[in-house]
Amino acid sequence: MLGFMRGQPLLSTVIHREKMAAAPVMMPYFGQQISSKSDLVPDWTRQEVSTGTTIMAVEYDGGVVIGADSRTTTGAYIANRVTDKLTRIHNKIYCCRSGSAADTQAIAEIVAYQLGFHSIELDEPPLVETAANLFRASCYRYREELTAGILVAGWDKRKGGQVYSVPIGGMLVRQPVSVGGSGSTYIYGFMDANYKPGMNKEQCMELTAAALSLAMERDGSSGGVVRLASISEEGVERRVILGNQLPKFSTH
Amino acid sequence: FFFFLIFEVFFGVFSFTINSAITINAVLEVEASKVGCSVPAARKTGTTICGVVFKDGVVLGADTRATEGMIVADKNCSKIHYISPNIYCCGAGTAADTEMTTQLISSNLELHSLSTGRLPRVATANRMLKQMLFRYQGYIGAALVLGGVDCNGPHLYSIYPHGSTDKLPYVTMGSGSLAAMAVFEDRYKPDMEEDAAKQLVRDAIAAGIFNDLGSGSNIDLCVITKSKVNYIRPHDEANKKGVRTGDYKYKRGTTGVLTKAVTPIDLELLEESVQTMDTS
Repeated sequence: MLGFMRGQPLLSTVIHREKMAAAPVMMPYFGQQISSKSDLVPDWTRQEVSTGTTIMAVEYDGGVVIGADSRTTTGAYIANRVTDKLTRIHNKIYCCRSGSAADTQAIAEIVAYQLGFHSIELDEPPLVETAANLFRASCYRYREELTAGILVAGWDKRKGGQVYSVPIGGMLVRQPVSVGGSGSTYIYGFMDANYKPGMNKEQCMELTAAALSLAMERDGSSGGVVRLASISEEGVERRVILGNQLPKFSTH
Repeated sequence: FFFFLIFEVFFGVFSFTINSAITINAVLEVEASKVGCSVPAARKTGTTICGVVFKDGVVLGADTRATEGMIVADKNCSKIHYISPNIYCCGAGTAADTEMTTQLISSNLELHSLSTGRLPRVATANRMLKQMLFRYQGYIGAALVLGGVDCNGPHLYSIYPHGSTDKLPYVTMGSGSLAAMAVFEDRYKPDMEEDAAKQLVRDAIAAGIFNDLGSGSNIDLCVITKSKVNYIRPHDEANKKGVRTGDYKYKRGTTGVLTKAVTPIDLELLEESVQTMDTS
């Protein structure tokens, strides 16, 4: 009862509402209705903006590699096809956002503020674990109201490259590799088969790009371009892989 | 603490959430129809709004139709709202919500600008709008296209009712957004000249007006550059009311008069009564 209160599209199971934004009025309408004027009222007033998404983060010796697709949807319409889901929280701490666009943007901005303040108090770069705990604190306290699946990744002096997963519900766990979003279900097998501990930065980048391409190919809510970033002691390096440059796989 | 305030009201807003997915409004509608009345339809701006970043600034465009259900409530409403001298905002969704939200942020931004002693930035307006809309969890039905020029150059944001924003070179919102976006995706180029940008926005809004039932009437434009703002209302009267070609009135003399007879009628005054009006 509690988890499905707002009836928004969730990450793990993409609930496809049986209607289309611009369909003629004759079509039977299943699901909730705010008002009966459905022909004049577009999807975005009834459906919240969701980052359908595939996100991924990998640790390597000396840093982390993070990646995400670039699609944001309101129902069946792609509201933004070049979204940047790799959000800067601090100089060397980033987060990958999946779930409700509004919820994750709001949480990320609040955590960035809290972490910035904390860092000034400390007079030191903050720890990735601190950032992850701040995310967890908000995501767990307001778990009934929020739909947010977040991967926190970055580099700090104490523990080097780290990836923390804060899925819906507000759990916190550190993992060497983590995937998230609606498209992640399609690449668990690929990850289990192809990830090996002890890869270097370039190998991680290739693995992430390949995994995201596969997920984007199969998941309707993921697509666009692949955004990659690597975070290490040297700094943050960002890359974009456009649609035509993605690695190609084919079953036939 | 700042973040505390946000979540405090957050919690309050959710104290009346029902355990099913039906919203308060839907429940009210059901209850009202049981008694035999209908809930008043909120006036919505069916709408096509859009914005484009060009070489020297931004161009914002909007249609001018406001609907109440299936009826056009206002044939020439103004959907491009003033936020600050260098920032304007187009609004789609519930007309009252867009009007009041933009006015509130405009007021707060003016106070902020006086406090900082600087021209306000588009990013600031964006933050204020998104934080307010997020606080109301989508119940304020305002979908906005925010554009302006500040010390960091031209900026364009789209803001959704639930509080998510996107920073892009071209955006469309409203029921006609798909039609307008089709035009943009075909013809947008980075670093356009002002005239090309105005023509592109005009064509995008026209696509919304002629292909979407919720949009209509005229096309308003607002061109914002570093030096000036050009609020063109209307830029294009795409739907001028037709002029009648004929008249049903017949001229005197069309029918010939043969005879005329005048008979005075005598009236007898039977009773006269005076009732004073209560003007106290």
